[in-house]
Amino acid sequence: MLKLLPALALLLVTSVATAAESWEAIVAKAKGQTVYWNAWAGDEKINAYIDWAGDQVLARYGVTVEHVKVTDTAEAVSRVVAEKAAGRNSGGSVDLIWINGENFAAMKREGLLFGPWVEQLPNFSLVDTIGKPTTLIDFTVPVEGLEAPWGMAQIVFMYDSAQVPEPPLSIGALASWAKANPGRFTYPQPPNFLGSTFLKQALIELTDDPKKLQKPVANDAEFTAVTAPLWPYLDELNPVLWRSGKVFPQNGPAQRRLLGDGEIDIAISFSPPEASSAIANNELPDTVRTFVLEGGTIGNTNFVAIPYNANAKEGAMVLANFLLSPTAQVRKQDPTYWGGLTVLDLSKLSVEDLARFEALDLGIATLSPSELGKTLLEPHPSWMERIEAEWQRRYATGS
Amino acid sequence: MSALELCHISLKLGQNSLIDSLSLTVPAGEITAVMGESGSGKSTLLAYLCGTLAPAFQADGRVLVGTRDVTELPPEQRQIGILFQDDLLFPHLSVGDNLAFALKATVRDRAERRQCVEQALDDAGLSGFAKRDPATLSGGQRARVSVMRTLLSEPQVLLLDEPFSKLDASNRRQFRQFVFDHARERRLPTLMVTHDPKDAVAAGGPVVDLALILHQRSAETLENVSQ
Amino acid sequence: MPPAVDALIANRESATQHRWRNLPGLSFFPPLTLLLLLGPVLAGLFGTLLPAFGYLPALGSNEPSLLPWRQLFTAPGLCYSVWLSFSTGLLATAVSLAVVIGFCAGWHGTRLFARLQRLLSPLLAVPHVTVAFGLAFLLTPSGWIMRLLSPWATDFARPPDLITIQDPYGLSLVLSLVVKEIPFLLLMTLAALNQVDAARIRTVARTLGYGPITAWLKAVLPSVYPQLRLPIFAVLAYSASVVDVALVMGPTTPPPLAVQLLRWFNDPDLNLRFVASAGALLQLLLVAGVISLWCALEQLVKWLGLGWIRRGRRAQQDRGFRYSAAVLLLSCSALTIIGLIGMGVWSLADFWRYPDALPASFSLSNWQRHSEDLIQPIWNTVATALSAALIALVLTLGCLEHEAHFGRRPSNRALWLLYLPLLVPQVAFLFGAQILLVVTDMDGLWLALLWSHLVFVLPYVFLSLSDPYRAWDERYGRTALCLGASPLRVWLTIKLPMLFRPILIALAVGFAVSVGQYLPTLFAGGGRFPTLTTEAVALSTGGDRRVIGVYALLQMLAPFVMFSLALLLPSWLFRHRRGLQVSQ
Repeated sequence: MLKLLPALALLLVTSVATAAESWEAIVAKAKGQTVYWNAWAGDEKINAYIDWAGDQVLARYGVTVEHVKVTDTAEAVSRVVAEKAAGRNSGGSVDLIWINGENFAAMKREGLLFGPWVEQLPNFSLVDTIGKPTTLIDFTVPVEGLEAPWGMAQIVFMYDSAQVPEPPLSIGALASWAKANPGRFTYPQPPNFLGSTFLKQALIELTDDPKKLQKPVANDAEFTAVTAPLWPYLDELNPVLWRSGKVFPQNGPAQRRLLGDGEIDIAISFSPPEASSAIANNELPDTVRTFVLEGGTIGNTNFVAIPYNANAKEGAMVLANFLLSPTAQVRKQDPTYWGGLTVLDLSKLSVEDLARFEALDLGIATLSPSELGKTLLEPHPSWMERIEAEWQRRYATGS
Repeated sequence: MSALELCHISLKLGQNSLIDSLSLTVPAGEITAVMGESGSGKSTLLAYLCGTLAPAFQADGRVLVGTRDVTELPPEQRQIGILFQDDLLFPHLSVGDNLAFALKATVRDRAERRQCVEQALDDAGLSGFAKRDPATLSGGQRARVSVMRTLLSEPQVLLLDEPFSKLDASNRRQFRQFVFDHARERRLPTLMVTHDPKDAVAAGGPVVDLALILHQRSAETLENVSQ
Repeated sequence: MPPAVDALIANRESATQHRWRNLPGLSFFPPLTLLLLLGPVLAGLFGTLLPAFGYLPALGSNEPSLLPWRQLFTAPGLCYSVWLSFSTGLLATAVSLAVVIGFCAGWHGTRLFARLQRLLSPLLAVPHVTVAFGLAFLLTPSGWIMRLLSPWATDFARPPDLITIQDPYGLSLVLSLVVKEIPFLLLMTLAALNQVDAARIRTVARTLGYGPITAWLKAVLPSVYPQLRLPIFAVLAYSASVVDVALVMGPTTPPPLAVQLLRWFNDPDLNLRFVASAGALLQLLLVAGVISLWCALEQLVKWLGLGWIRRGRRAQQDRGFRYSAAVLLLSCSALTIIGLIGMGVWSLADFWRYPDALPASFSLSNWQRHSEDLIQPIWNTVATALSAALIALVLTLGCLEHEAHFGRRPSNRALWLLYLPLLVPQVAFLFGAQILLVVTDMDGLWLALLWSHLVFVLPYVFLSLSDPYRAWDERYGRTALCLGASPLRVWLTIKLPMLFRPILIALAVGFAVSVGQYLPTLFAGGGRFPTLTTEAVALSTGGDRRVIGVYALLQMLAPFVMFSLALLLPSWLFRHRRGLQVSQ
């Protein structure tokens, strides 16, 4: 699979060249359109960034951007499903969705996406598709030009260094630490993506054959065999979790608030600069630092996709292209504004743009790209769905 | 003024006959008292006469004011004024505005309208009360304003629904005289419903006892049947 | 009187004598109102019913099947979710009713009662979820109460690992529902008390030797209770199917049924839609079950109560009962108010860490930073709430005036259906309604949003206005008619001004109900109309209490302003009219 990637990238680059003329036409058509961008709105910094991007696109291309604030990406998917149910195959209410993983897999499977369109974006050529293969393969599902990358994510752990002098650097060490410090660790409740990712992270480290996770679950027997080491681990961990595993925070920010309130000492994050950013915003104490696991942590890419019935497809493409521009990406990586990792290949940038990236101060609690270590690939979504269901059966049935 | 004429009026509530074929003439300037126990249909009769009978009732008969048949007319076109035992002054309007509400719109001139209101207040012995809040008046004063309000609408018939029953004894006689004087002065045919024989005596006109009529009718029906 | 005769008489009357009494277009109001409300609710239910039995062509499923139900009943934790919804709904209603009845029995007619009534009325206008935010921060182990007591009294240098909120039994959820339903049920009881001669009935019972509480329970309550049934059913239905409060205060392993349904609806695995639809019907049955059980309990209590009344015990020593009712009610009110103050403090905090009793520093920076983002949600909230409340008011006035003219005829009696939206769980028809909106090309339109709010605003406006409207002395109208005024003039210049105060209060009630709507705003507005409530709930996932504080405070403020206007405007306009002052 991985060997195919460079070839695929090459294919995309050539098609960009042929589509170059029509980009002018797309920009012309986009002018005056209003793009309803359905994007998760749980973080005010991200909301401010989206506002900024909207202002820029309006000034540069005459495209109005409305941020439709959703608490869960699936709400937007839901809306598209309802529209398809009602037979509205054009003029839909969702123009662009911030998406990845199982939401993307589901929409792709149900034929709810427009495209391929991503190779037409001029800025797509700057994307580091080789160093960051997850920009082409989303949770093992080939992107095939149906969604444009706009940010990188990688699992890190935030911890309060005032309480935890030596952070546990493996999944096994984490369990030992939790046993020694009962009630001081928890993870967001699956199927929240962060919580599910913690389960996958544990599985990759615990299972004998992690390669199997890159293919869909073949059958029940395989699922039982591969996940066999995960459940004893969680059974041991659960009673020493925060609230003895009877209550879980519902999402990442809620978990971060627990860290801020001093209720827990270690929290998971999908955004390496989150700790620095939250310290700057007075949400976390300045003793918080970040660590990753020795064996590497799961990384993935955030995308934007256009529903098949979107009303302003051209406007959405212009916005997606802007999000990939060095200007937008450097602001995104700046912890003052957001602190998300770029998808661009810095070696492809102009000298000035490169300088802007290098001038960024990543903050006291942020690990440098080299410290972030190895990135592990997301398992196929079918694993996640089944792990979530099994987790639910074991730990969330109230018995 | 012309007479009020009731022709064969019957009022029923479902199967329950309240009034059966009542015929009655009230000449101009005369006050006819209608007596009867509570529940005998006195107030229902008045509601029928002024055109505000509740839809649940069944009604038959004609109501004439002079030669004018008002049976099918809405209350606001009948020119039949009514006074209840409560003064029912509109609490959101001043005393003067209450009176002006009754004044016909044909009196256009503002000064003239004010003049009419002032005159009515003078007649009621309440000069200078126009700006007052009705809630600040005494019971007797309010009752008189209420009468003047009805008279300002220039009714051709006056109906009185136990208008004196809530006043104390001394006020009561005085107020009764006040109402009767004004009714006679304007030669209004007046129908008064009461259960106080003293009211009937003071009115000096004929007395109709609803209970009696109903009994008579029933007796007649019985006779007819037996024949 | 048999209905047929009734209708016959009514028809004949309207054909002859009373034809002219009709204000123009009045007869359209009851059917129009019912159509506006019930059409979409029923269509929404239908839209939920089809996928529940496997029919949703958009997902390629055209064959009716029972698979969704099989999947539903094998879903892990379903039984516990159902049990949670059932028990929290029943318990929250029973506890809040018990506190309200205990307090009314013990204190009706006292100064304390009047004062608390004034204190609690504004709380009615605060959205449920705002109260839940406040309470959650108060009670959590790192919350305000613990911060005030630690470490000097508790020795907890760090927050203890205790389950205080989101407990698996749903008790904290019950508490947050109770504190919010108490003001509602108290004011409803008060309205009912005004319709019976409560003070004198009680005096009679006391002169017969009954203690004050026993007198109230035995003589007053039986005549008041029938008027409380509808509000109680509404509380039952709401508590057993609440989503937003349960997201903040409810258990999570598993959550109550309604929250679980929302998760399924929003799951990327689109096949879960079918399970969710089946679950939505189960939620409907659950609410019907809770209400039925309540009715059965009513019969039991009635039977036991009659026996108790017949035995004739006087129970003159009831001081303990009396004071415990007051203490319960006062603590619930205190929790609510302190919780809301806590949100206010957060909105001004820069930095507030456990175990500091107060933030290390205060500033307006949270407000300044968000002032620009606030404009749009405030505008959407106010515009929608005001329009929905005004439309609801016009429809309500039309229906009530129709009733005043024609008596309670069948078309009017059908108006109890207006309360259906209060009894049907929102999740049971919102997904279906969303499809309906998309079919008619109305989703994401402000009009759709307005409609969805109207469905929930109208019943409350009707509930609030119908009693004062029906109690209006018709003789004023007759007098005015006999003075020669047309029906329209009488209505505009006599009836409406005299009812100005209750009308404005009904408007404010409608406004407050609209401000608190979460799910309908999300579903019908297509997410394009952020309101204070959707922003607050969306941010609650973002976790920054300072920002939630800003939104929570505004959520409170909007209805407060309306209620203040509703109280002050008539007082000012009629300041020279003693007959229209509120009697204390």
